[in-house]
Amino acid sequence: MDLLLSLLIILAKSLGILIVLLVLVAYYILADRKIWAAVQLRRGPNVVGPWGLWQSFADMIKFMVKEPIIPDGANKGVFLIAPLVTATLALAAWAVIPVNEGWAVANLNVGVLYIFAISSLGVYGIIMGGWASNSKYPFLAALRSAAQMVSYEVSIGFVIITVLLCAGSLNLSDIVRAQDTKWGILGWYWLPLLPMLVIFFVSALAETNRPPFDLVEAESELVAGFMVEYSSGQYLLFMLGEYVAIVTMCALMTILFFGGWLPPINIAPFTWVPGVVWFVLKVSWFFFLFAMVKAFVPRYRYDQLMRLGWKVFLPISLAAVIIVAAVLEFVVKVGQ
Amino acid sequence: MPIVTAAKALLLKEFVGAFFLSFRYLLKPKATLNYPHEKNPQSPRYRGEHALRRYPNGEERCIACKLCEAICPAQAITIEAAPRGNDGTRRTTRYDIDMTKCIYCGYCQEACPVDAIVEGPNAEFATETREELFFDKQRLLDNGAVWEREIARNLAADAPYR
Repeated sequence: MDLLLSLLIILAKSLGILIVLLVLVAYYILADRKIWAAVQLRRGPNVVGPWGLWQSFADMIKFMVKEPIIPDGANKGVFLIAPLVTATLALAAWAVIPVNEGWAVANLNVGVLYIFAISSLGVYGIIMGGWASNSKYPFLAALRSAAQMVSYEVSIGFVIITVLLCAGSLNLSDIVRAQDTKWGILGWYWLPLLPMLVIFFVSALAETNRPPFDLVEAESELVAGFMVEYSSGQYLLFMLGEYVAIVTMCALMTILFFGGWLPPINIAPFTWVPGVVWFVLKVSWFFFLFAMVKAFVPRYRYDQLMRLGWKVFLPISLAAVIIVAAVLEFVVKVGQ
Repeated sequence: MPIVTAAKALLLKEFVGAFFLSFRYLLKPKATLNYPHEKNPQSPRYRGEHALRRYPNGEERCIACKLCEAICPAQAITIEAAPRGNDGTRRTTRYDIDMTKCIYCGYCQEACPVDAIVEGPNAEFATETREELFFDKQRLLDNGAVWEREIARNLAADAPYR
């Protein structure tokens, strides 16, 4: 009976975060398009509902009622599973994200490792989709994405290690609590680890195939990359997975560097605001940066992408791990 | 010098500058026109959908001189003429414009000695089938009836410059 009850509670929690997350993502997609349009002096979607607020839902309905087309030469099973893999893995990462004190579906003590593992698996959806399409562009895109995501995961890993060294825990909630000092916003890790935040941000762009690193779906060369052969519901799942992964990366940056649900200033009017609001505000701020980068940075060439990943970010983050460890060992310990 | 370049790249100098530049653009008024609700100002010389005009007393202007048919570079106009039954004046029995051929050059309007065929201000006459774009005399006269006010105003506005 207890087991059943706890199962039901977990199910309710999961459904709750799923629904909130999907609605949030629908509006992040709209915001993405609106910001991109505004920088280019366009209006963006503004016809469906007031200021185009229903646009994402209209798009969703359109994708759902369209006919799914499966190419003749495609490997049918893998072709259909690939978008499911992308979307499921992207959503699964949210199981451990704490949006407020104690508000995580699963308060895993290795939450960081779990997210790292899940987001690494995300590349499989793309490789499977690209390979199963049995077409040239998707295959090239899949090869590109495999190399790209693997390269940038390395530096993301090192950046996370620096945060773990400072926080002394793999639990995401504990990482946030470690940033809870009397200095408020100045006590969060973005200040001492600012270069790491920048590297993490750029690597997150590459990891989620966002512009300027969207070589996986570079329109001018690969038409739509691994998604060329996809239509209707499958395409919707790919897009959904992509945007959920972006929001996950924003949430991760919020937790690791921007103090999760903590208020920026630890005095009265700010501490009254619920932590969820701070969390969503911070995630939105990072998503705004993602959208702005899309608007003003031209796409990188493939060799530039690889050079940045292996010859710039990897040495810097590697050095940062050693420096942070040394500082913690010799300076902070001595100070205590 | 490479050190300076590297330092600039590491400090993301250009990216930060680009961020603030695009933020300024983000807040600027939009260049886009909300098309079906807002429209651009239109010149009196605008060459849109064709129309056959009538005199104020209701008599049709066209005298079937076929100058428009002759000058039409796309050969979109087809005219057949005959004396009219009641008074024997020369009139068209057929006046067709193939709007899929028309290039909207306005030569028919220039050629017409009686201001009968004109290109009106209307550009929103998209159709669902190709056949609907083969305008006959009735359709052109109807256009003239609908757009006469705007056409007369545009011709009057442009008259001093002709």
